[in-house]
Amino acid sequence: MSDAVSAEKIPVTVLTGYLGAGKTTLLNRILSENHGKRYAVVVNEFGEIGIDNDLVVGADEEVFEMNNGCICCTVRGDLIRILGGLMKRKGRFDAIIVETTGLADPAPVAQTFFVDEDVQKHARLDAVVTVADAKWLSERLKDAPEAKNQIAFADVIVLNKTDLVSPDDLAEVEGRIRAINPYARLHRTERCRVELADVLERNAFDLDRIVDLEPDFLNPGDDHDHDHHGHDHDHDHHHRGHSSHGHGGMKHYHDEDMQSLALKSEAPLDPVKFMPWLQGLVAKEGQKILRSKGILAFKDDDERYVFQGVHMMLEGDHQRPWRDGEQRLSRLVFIGRDLPEQAIRDGFTACIAAS
Amino acid sequence: MSGLGAERPERIASVADQVAAIALKAPATAVHFLGERAVFVGSEKTCTLAAPDGTPQPVTVTDGAILCTVSDGMRVVLGCDDGRVVSLDADAAVTTLATDAKRRWIDCVALHKDGTLAWSAGKTAFVRGRDGAEKSWEAPSTVGGLAFAPKGVRLAVAHYGGATLWFPNMTAKPERLDWAGSHLGIAFSPDGRFVVTAMHEPALHGWRLADGRHMRMTGYPARVKSMAWCGGGKLLATSGADCLILWPFGSKDGPMGKEPMMLAPLTTRVSCVAAHPTQDILATGYEDGTVLLVRLPDGAEILARERDGDAIAALGWSASGETLALATEGGAAGLLKIV
Repeated sequence: MSDAVSAEKIPVTVLTGYLGAGKTTLLNRILSENHGKRYAVVVNEFGEIGIDNDLVVGADEEVFEMNNGCICCTVRGDLIRILGGLMKRKGRFDAIIVETTGLADPAPVAQTFFVDEDVQKHARLDAVVTVADAKWLSERLKDAPEAKNQIAFADVIVLNKTDLVSPDDLAEVEGRIRAINPYARLHRTERCRVELADVLERNAFDLDRIVDLEPDFLNPGDDHDHDHHGHDHDHDHHHRGHSSHGHGGMKHYHDEDMQSLALKSEAPLDPVKFMPWLQGLVAKEGQKILRSKGILAFKDDDERYVFQGVHMMLEGDHQRPWRDGEQRLSRLVFIGRDLPEQAIRDGFTACIAAS
Repeated sequence: MSGLGAERPERIASVADQVAAIALKAPATAVHFLGERAVFVGSEKTCTLAAPDGTPQPVTVTDGAILCTVSDGMRVVLGCDDGRVVSLDADAAVTTLATDAKRRWIDCVALHKDGTLAWSAGKTAFVRGRDGAEKSWEAPSTVGGLAFAPKGVRLAVAHYGGATLWFPNMTAKPERLDWAGSHLGIAFSPDGRFVVTAMHEPALHGWRLADGRHMRMTGYPARVKSMAWCGGGKLLATSGADCLILWPFGSKDGPMGKEPMMLAPLTTRVSCVAAHPTQDILATGYEDGTVLLVRLPDGAEILARERDGDAIAALGWSASGETLALATEGGAAGLLKIV
């Protein structure tokens, strides 16, 4: 998806989060803030109403199996229909927000944007934003697989209600989030007070925006951790470049069934080996792999190759030439459930080109 | 593929210069005829009536989007996103036929020859007979398509996992036709022996109603969005491929085990088909803006619109077959007299 094309497409932000975490609060903040943008909002019919907006559409969260009935090819049938209907009113809004129920799996929503030709023509998935309740998330991660899915899937996590927990408890819940998904941008908030630029227009699914694949807490980035309301609990030690975990306030947890796996190679990869391996891996283990991303340096190729995927769906392309002096490092990230780590590592190593 | 699209090796007869342009304020998504007046249905708010001389008359039918439309030649019925079912007649009169109690989107509409009207909002299909009596039926999922059988008041409802035949005036249990996947468009064959759905996947599915036998019609590169019965009701023409696809329904087995006829190949996909009401001619619109008039069964072609990259969104014939109306996604529209 080039910038030129994506610029014309309507960005769609998917708002997930467990019941009561604060999705509606965030949604109303987005809609009421004076940003000059007009939003169409797709809400689930069973959710709270109380949304003040011109264009609100109720959805049924109908998850449809496509083609061979593989669960990795599920899409949101109602969303295809609704986006089609909204496109008839193109020009009346600048962006779309899709709110899902607390029990929803984000994957079918994301896959809708990979599978459906008409959706792809007019809209693009911007980011999956997950609102989490700082007080209750740790509990939900134990008893609700949906909550874990939503954290694992997120590009942006709004960790809300931080005023209701102690600094220790906050460190604990962050540790649990990071054990599942160290790559999402995490923002601590009260009453979902987050800069809207941090949750909207993220281009998280744009191949051109795959810049690096460092864990979020290693990125002392410009758009990280806005605490706009005088509630700094001295989090700064998270932002320094610790190469390992467990220092300072960051507690380390290992989540029993959901992990992320990062692979790295300084030696170039053989595309003839790598592509079939990656496609085979997602075909075989796609049910376990929720998200994948990579920046690749192929042998005798002066351009960076980038890819991203959701379960079995992959998209990839050459992104730009490697810059002079830029280290041609290949990096891959998988977030998933019960990932066969050693097999993935071995398979990846076998793709390194003979020098 | 013959590569005809890039450069036609032989000149074919063209009537493209005889298309009279119609000025629309916004692109049309469908076109119908009420007598000799064409009705271009916009994507929101407005329909434009066009007199035979091309004079346009815009008519506001709703404040919102027009989601679906059907016509029986007497009136155009429109389903809107403000929860209303609206009709428009040749005198430009707009009538609200129904309003959804919850103001849900009206996703599908269908008309029976006898004037019975059907529409759907979410999972609910509604039928209103000529006597005004209204009945409803809950589908297992959101309704994807509605079609009346050619005889009797029987409504086919496409939904996830198949289709259901519902007799609104009888107490009989609706008859379920199962097939995995999401079913959108739906049509009866003109002889009433077959029901065909256009699936969300690039395929059609059919059932022989006598025994429920399945017909899988696959091989399309894109989803089928436009279907038309032709050849005396014995052929089903569809969009979705880089040529006109015609499935044979003349024999008792329908297209089971048969290959479709493939005519008028170009290097772009067919986006729209419309069958001439009396002759074996198919107006065929393509994604590159080409319109061809294709004669059955020999496939002789006449060019009705030159390609310009602006995909054909709608085609429609007047009941007399004397006029073809066409509209593009970009907002161009025209009338072609065939006499």
